[in-house]
Amino acid sequence: MGDPMKISARIKGDAAEIRVLVNHPMDTGRRKDPAGNLVPAHFIKHLTVIVGDRTVLDAQIGTAVARNPWFAFKVTGAKAGDRVVVSWNDNKGDSRTDETLVEATPASRS
Amino acid sequence: MNPLRRLLLKGAGASSALLAAIAAGALKPGEVLAADWNAAAFEANNIAAALAAMGIVDPVESADVFLKAPDIAEDSAVVPIEVSSKVANTQKLSVFIDKNPTSLAAHFDLAGGALPSLGLRVKMQQTSRIRVVAHAGGKFYFTTKEVQVTIGGCGG
Repeated sequence: MGDPMKISARIKGDAAEIRVLVNHPMDTGRRKDPAGNLVPAHFIKHLTVIVGDRTVLDAQIGTAVARNPWFAFKVTGAKAGDRVVVSWNDNKGDSRTDETLVEATPASRS
Repeated sequence: MNPLRRLLLKGAGASSALLAAIAAGALKPGEVLAADWNAAAFEANNIAAALAAMGIVDPVESADVFLKAPDIAEDSAVVPIEVSSKVANTQKLSVFIDKNPTSLAAHFDLAGGALPSLGLRVKMQQTSRIRVVAHAGGKFYFTTKEVQVTIGGCGG
């Protein structure tokens, strides 16, 4: 099941800026533990993001994505209050889904 | 949530349900995002094979594809990069690290208003070119940048 993701989504200009931080080891299968044994590959293969009722991102991921994967991207046509649902699954069959709401642009403090 | 989409995301029902949905007009083919992890591409152990397995044919170097990456990786296990494309109708972005044990790092299908501009963090085993390929209208446009690595991040 993994630990919860950190997801932020905020209107910035004419798009929603979405950031996702996933807690995952992303082991390549080539790393050795302190005892010299190979650590089996354990990595996220898919990550999808839905905003409102639209799938906006479908990422296929390999072992070269860094531990605790982080992604940032922008989506047009989103508005404050839209649901943002992020799901991933990994090579061991584990998966997780978390969600948040798009936040409005914070009032400027001039 | 749209239950059909949930079904697709779960990978349940596989292609027959998908074809039925397309036939029924419930789902436009363009809305079907990559359902499968491209094992051949992710397991390819050199850049030429990885590009071929992704179906990337005759990529053209383009000033409209952008890659922001450090000149020298401070920590090769966590190299922050930004990839983007100003090529019209960019639908997908693929990120390769030419000299990693497997070259394909990630592939992004964009839809529903997502802009072709992403930030992510990658691992590098050694000094290599990073390569970004934008897929637009069945054609392929790329840029590269070499990133120096002094201590490897993949072998650990």
